[in-house]
Amino acid sequence: MAAEKNKQFDPTSVLHEIEEKFEMFQILNEDGKIVNKESDPNLSDEQLTELMERMVYTRILDQRSIALNRQGRLGFYAPTAGQEASQLASHYALEKDDFILPGYRDVPQLIFHGLPLHMAFLWSRGHFLGSEIPEGLNIFPPQIIIGAQYVQAAGVALGFQKRGTKSVVMTYTGDGGTSQGDFYEGLNFAGAFRSPAIFVVQNNQFAISTPREVQTAAKTLAQKGIAAGIPSILVDGMDPLAVYAVTKDARERAVKGDGPTLIETMCYRYGPHTMAGDDPTRYRTSDIDSEWEKRDPIVRFRLYLESKNLWNEEKENEVIERAKQEIKDAIKQADQAPKQKVTDFLKIMYTGDMPYNVQEQFDIYTEKESK
Amino acid sequence: MAQLTMIQAITDAMRTELKNDENVLVFGEDVGKNGGVFRATEGLQKEFGEERVFDTPLAESGIGGLAIGLALTGYRPVMELQFFGFLFEVMDSVNGQAARMSFRSAGKLNAPITIRSPFGGGVATPEMHADSLEGLVAAQPGLKVVIPSTPYDAKGLLISAIKDENPVIFLEHMKLYRSFRQEVPEEEYTIPLGKADVKREGTDLSIITYGAMVQESLKAAEALEKDGHSVEVIDLRTIQPLDVETIIASVEKTNRAIVVQEAQRQAGIAANVVSEIMERAVLSLEAPVLRVTAPDTIYPFAQGENTWLPKADDIVATAKKVLEF
Ligand SMILES: Cc1ncc(C[n+]2csc(CCOP(=O)(O)OP(=O)(O)O)c2C)c(N)n1
Repeated sequence: MAAEKNKQFDPTSVLHEIEEKFEMFQILNEDGKIVNKESDPNLSDEQLTELMERMVYTRILDQRSIALNRQGRLGFYAPTAGQEASQLASHYALEKDDFILPGYRDVPQLIFHGLPLHMAFLWSRGHFLGSEIPEGLNIFPPQIIIGAQYVQAAGVALGFQKRGTKSVVMTYTGDGGTSQGDFYEGLNFAGAFRSPAIFVVQNNQFAISTPREVQTAAKTLAQKGIAAGIPSILVDGMDPLAVYAVTKDARERAVKGDGPTLIETMCYRYGPHTMAGDDPTRYRTSDIDSEWEKRDPIVRFRLYLESKNLWNEEKENEVIERAKQEIKDAIKQADQAPKQKVTDFLKIMYTGDMPYNVQEQFDIYTEKESK
Repeated sequence: MAQLTMIQAITDAMRTELKNDENVLVFGEDVGKNGGVFRATEGLQKEFGEERVFDTPLAESGIGGLAIGLALTGYRPVMELQFFGFLFEVMDSVNGQAARMSFRSAGKLNAPITIRSPFGGGVATPEMHADSLEGLVAAQPGLKVVIPSTPYDAKGLLISAIKDENPVIFLEHMKLYRSFRQEVPEEEYTIPLGKADVKREGTDLSIITYGAMVQESLKAAEALEKDGHSVEVIDLRTIQPLDVETIIASVEKTNRAIVVQEAQRQAGIAANVVSEIMERAVLSLEAPVLRVTAPDTIYPFAQGENTWLPKADDIVATAKKVLEF
C-alpha cells in the first residue's frame, strides 16, 4: 500500500501531455474570417478562385452522382459532401508528378489530378476500363480494402526516394481506417525509411455507423503518428486554407528529405456512407448534422472570397452549369463503353503469355461470345 | 412456424444461441446499433446489451485475434467478417492460428469460434466483396466450412456451428439473403455439420453443388426434366468436411455426375468432389465427371459479373454432355 504512494512514474501524464499538444489548426473560421494571419498560405487571387471552383464543382458532382446512382446510372458511390476542403485543398498542395493512392471516397482528387470524368463513372459502374489509368497519370484506382493504400504508399515513397525523384506520395484513409494494421505499418515504414509520404486521415466522425469514440481510445488520430516518430498535425478539415497550408508544408519537408507527415483533417460526411443501403439516421441525429453544416467548407470559403471581391453568385452559377454539362457529357461517354466480355477479363488476367488454362478458356469463351 | 428469409433465419439462430448460452458473444464491424450492413444482427444489441453484442474497431485481424482470445477464456465468439473479401486481413487468425488450436495444444485447447461472413456474386458489390474464397479456408485442416442455401438450413446449420467446439466458417451468399422465404421453426433445432442434403431426387444424373448454385442447379434440373432426364441435386451444405457418403451413394445410383460451383475453376471445392468420386466410385461411372465453374480470372467488377457467373444454362449444357456421353 505504502509503495503506491511513493511511485515515481506516471505513464498517464505522458499521454495527457501528448494529447494536449494536438490542438486543431485553423486559419479560416466558420464566418470566413482569417483567425491565424501568420499561417495564411497567401494564395494568389487566381489560386483562391481555382480552389473554390474545384470545391463547388465537387459538391455538384456529389449531388449529381447521388441522383444518377438513384436512377441506376452509376454503381458504387461514396458521397463526399462535407469533405471538399479536406480532399481538394490537400490535393491542391500537390504537383502533377506526385502520386496519389486514394481510398474509395477520394475520387475528386483523382479527377483534379487528371482522371477523365467518364472513367470515374466507369469505375463506379464496375467497368474494367474505368481502371485503365492514362499513361503518365500518377494515381491508383480507388482502394476498397481499407488500409492497403497506406502500406503501398510507403512503397511508392521509398521508390521515389531510391530513384531520387523529387515527388511525394499522398494517401488517404478515414478515421476507421486508422484501426487497421496496415495503417500503422505504413506510417512506421515511411517513418523508418524517412520516405516522402503524406498520410491523410479524413476524420469524418464515422466509419459506416461506428463513431470515432468507439473506434479508438485515442483523443486524436493525429497523435498516432507520434508512435511512429513522424510529424503529425490535427487540422480543421473544413478550412481549405488550413488544409492547404499544412499539406504544402508537409510536401516541402518530404521533398527536402525530412520524411513523412500525418495529417488528420477534422471534417464530416453529410451523406450516407455509400449509396448501397446505408441509412445514417440509424446512427446519428439531425442535430449532429446541422451542427456540422454550420462549418461547411464551401460556405466558409465563399464568405472569405466574397469579402475579397473574388466571388459572386454569377461565378458560382457558371461553375455549377459547367459541372452539370461536363457530367452529362461524361455520362454519355461512359454509356458508350463496350459491354464487358469474359474474353476481356481473360486477356488482362496475366501480363505476357496466357497460361494454358487461361488460353483454353479464352478459346471457349471466344466461341461462346461470337454467337 | 414463421416464413423467414435466409437473413432472418440467421438472425434467429444467433438470437436463439445468445439466449441459450451466456457465453455466446456477437461482434464485428457495425453489428451493434446498425445491426450489421445487411441487418443480420438487427435488434440483437437492443435485446442482449452491449456487453454481448458489440461493435469493434475497424480491423479484421484484430477481430480474429479477439475471437481467439475470448475463446481461450471460455466464450463462444460469433464474429462477423463484414465481407468475405476481407478474409485476407484476418487470414493469420483464421488459417494460421484458430485452425491449429487443438493440434498445437495436443488436443487440450479448442477454439469454438464461428466466423460469419457474406460473400457471393450477382449483387453488384464493389471489388473484393463478392469473391468466392471458400477454397482458401476449405484447404486448411482444422476448420469447418459451411455454406447454407436455404433459410431452414441456415438456422439449423448456424446453431450447430455456434455449438461446435471447432472454428467454423459460416458463409452467407448475399444473393440468397432475401431471395425467398421458407418455413423456419421458432425453436432451436440443429442440422449436423458435414451432412449434405438431397434437394431433389433423380436417377439419371447427380448435380453436386452448394450455395447460390443450388438454386441454379434446381432450375437446370427442371429444364432437363422437360427433356426426359431425371436429375438429382445434392446440396453439400458443408464443404469441409465433405459428406462423401451422400455423394457416393448418389453417384452409385445415377452413374453420372457434374459438380457446380460459383468459384473459379481453380479455386473452389469442385475439384475435391471430383477426386472423391474418382477414388471411390469410378466403376459406377458411365461418363466423365464434369465441372461447371466461373472462369479463372479475378472476380470481375460489378458491371461485368453477370457475364462471368455460371448460370442454369451452362449447367444444362454440361449436364447434356455427360448424359449424352
Ligand atoms: C479491410 C476492410 N474492412 C472493412 C471494409 C468495409 N468498410 C468499408 S468502408 C468502412 C468504414 C470506413 O470508415 P472510415 O475509415 O472512417 O472512412 P469513411 O468511409 O468514413 O470515409 C468499412 C468498415 C473494407 N472496405 N475493407
